[in-house]
Amino acid sequence: MNSIFTSKWTKVVVFLLCLAPLGMLVLRAVQGRLTANPIEFITHTTGDWTLRFLVITLAITPLRKILRLPQLIRFRRMLGLFAFFYACLHFSTWIGLDKFFDWTEMWKDVQKRRFITVGFAGFVLMIPLAITSTAGWIRRMGGRRWQMLHRAIYFSAIAGVIHYYWLVKSDVRKPLQYAAMVGVLLAWRLGSWIYGRGERVTAGNAAQREITTAESA
Amino acid sequence: MLVKRAPDLNYKDVTPKGAYANRRNFLLGLLATTGAVAGWKKFSYLVSGPGTGSVPVKLNGVVKGPYSTDEKQTSFNDVTHYNNYYEFGTDKGEPAENAKNFVTTPWSVSVEGEVKKPRKFTMDEILKLAPLEERIYRHRCVEGWSIVVPWIGYSLSTLAKLVEPTSKAQFVAFESFYEPKQMPLGVSAGIELPYVEGLRLDEAMNPLTLLCVGMYGATLPNQDGAPVRMVVPWKYGFKSAKSLVKIRFVQTQPPTTWNIANAHEYGFYSNVNPNVDHPRWSQAKERRIGEFLRRPTLMFNGYADQVASLYNGMDLKKYY
Repeated sequence: MNSIFTSKWTKVVVFLLCLAPLGMLVLRAVQGRLTANPIEFITHTTGDWTLRFLVITLAITPLRKILRLPQLIRFRRMLGLFAFFYACLHFSTWIGLDKFFDWTEMWKDVQKRRFITVGFAGFVLMIPLAITSTAGWIRRMGGRRWQMLHRAIYFSAIAGVIHYYWLVKSDVRKPLQYAAMVGVLLAWRLGSWIYGRGERVTAGNAAQREITTAESA
Repeated sequence: MLVKRAPDLNYKDVTPKGAYANRRNFLLGLLATTGAVAGWKKFSYLVSGPGTGSVPVKLNGVVKGPYSTDEKQTSFNDVTHYNNYYEFGTDKGEPAENAKNFVTTPWSVSVEGEVKKPRKFTMDEILKLAPLEERIYRHRCVEGWSIVVPWIGYSLSTLAKLVEPTSKAQFVAFESFYEPKQMPLGVSAGIELPYVEGLRLDEAMNPLTLLCVGMYGATLPNQDGAPVRMVVPWKYGFKSAKSLVKIRFVQTQPPTTWNIANAHEYGFYSNVNPNVDHPRWSQAKERRIGEFLRRPTLMFNGYADQVASLYNGMDLKKYY
C-alpha cells in the first residue's frame, strides 16, 4: 500500500488524471459537442474544476492526518498548481472568448459586478502561491513564512465559493455543496489548531522535508 | 495511596497490524469507490451527452404569419438541447433528457376569471381554433443569450375573444403544469412551483403575443414547453410560460415566479432593454446561439415598433 503512495509513477498517473478534464473539453470540442453555448460551457467547466482542485488540495492535509498517510504531501503542490491551471483557463476563457480582450469592459465588470470582483480577487490571490510553489522559494522564505503566505488558499477557496453562489439564479445546490466541503476542511484546520497547538509538526516543515527528501532521492 | 491492579490491556490485545492496515485500506477503498461511481456517472454523461428528447409530430396547414424576422434561424438541435425548464432540472442540458417521458395527453387549458364565457379548451380545440401561423421571432433570455425560433401558433387575443373578458379584466395570469411525480427535480429548482406568469391586458392582447403550439413545422418538443406555451418576444424568455394549464383574467397585477424568487432582479415587466442592467450582469449585449461574438441587444428585442407605445410615459428603469 505504501509503495503506491511513494512510487514516482503514482505522481505521473495523478498528473495525467488531473489533465483529464482538459482532455474531455478538447475531445468534446473536436466532436463539436460543447453544447449550444460553447463559451459558457467552457467557462463553467473550467470554473467547476478550479473549485474541485481547490477542495482536493485543501483535503490533503486532513487526509494525511486522519488516514496517517504523510506521503500524501507529495501531491499537494501539484494539485494546488492544477487548481491554478484551471483558474487560468477559466480566466482566459472569460477574457479571450467572452470579452474578446476588451480590457476596459473587463475592468468595468471587475469593479461593478460583485460576483466577478470576488472571483477575480480569489484568482489574483493564487498567483503569488503559484510563483512561490518551488523548492527554492520555500528555502528562500523559510518554512514558517512560506506557510503563512500559502494559507491564502483558504481565502481563494472561500472567494471561489462566493463567486459561484452569487452567479447562480436560483438553484444554489452546487455552490452550497462546495461551501460545505470547503467549510468542513477549514473547520477541521480550526479544530486541529485549537486542540493540537504546540505538538504538531507544521505543514510548512513537512513541505520542506518533502522537498529535501525529493532532492536527496 | 497506591492501588495495585493488573493492566487491563496487554500485548495480545493489540490490534494486529494487518487488521489495522485493513481498516485504512477499507476507508481508502470506500473513498475511491464513491469517487469512481460519481465520476463515471458524470463521465458517461459528458461523453454521450443528453438524450434526444420527445419526437414532435408534423403540423399541417401552417400559414406564414406576420412579424417574422428574416434572421438566420437557430438550429433545431440547439433549441431543443439548451433549455431553461426548471421543472426538469436547472442545467441547460437536463430538460431534453428529463422531459422525455412527460405525459402531455390528454391536455386542456382552463380559461377563466373576469370573462363572460369561462371554459376549458382541449388541446384538439386549441389546435383548430384558428389557422396556425408560423412566426419567426427573436427570443432573448435574461441570462444574456438569444435564439431565433420559427414558432407556430396564433395571437393570444384570438382565444381571448372567445371567452369575452369583462371590463374588470386588467391583467392576465398564466399557470404552468406542475406535478412533482413527473417533475421530481422541481423541488430543488429554487423557485416556487407551479410556475406563474402574467401580463398587463394590453400586453396580452397585443398581436405579437403568441399562444404557441409548435415550432420548426411540428408540435412542441416536451423540453420546449409542450403542448402549449406563451411566446412574448419583446420580454425576457422567462415571461413566456411553458406547458400552460390555466389562463386567468384578473383585476390586479398577478404574482410572477421569478419576481417572487427575487423581486430586486426580476420585475413584473421584464421588457428586453439594453439600457437597464440586471443587477449582476449587463444586458447591453447578447450571445446569439451559434455565433462567436456578442451582438448588441435591441430595445424591446427589436419589437419597438409594435410595443413601445404600450409604455409611453413609463420609467422603464423603475418598472424593469
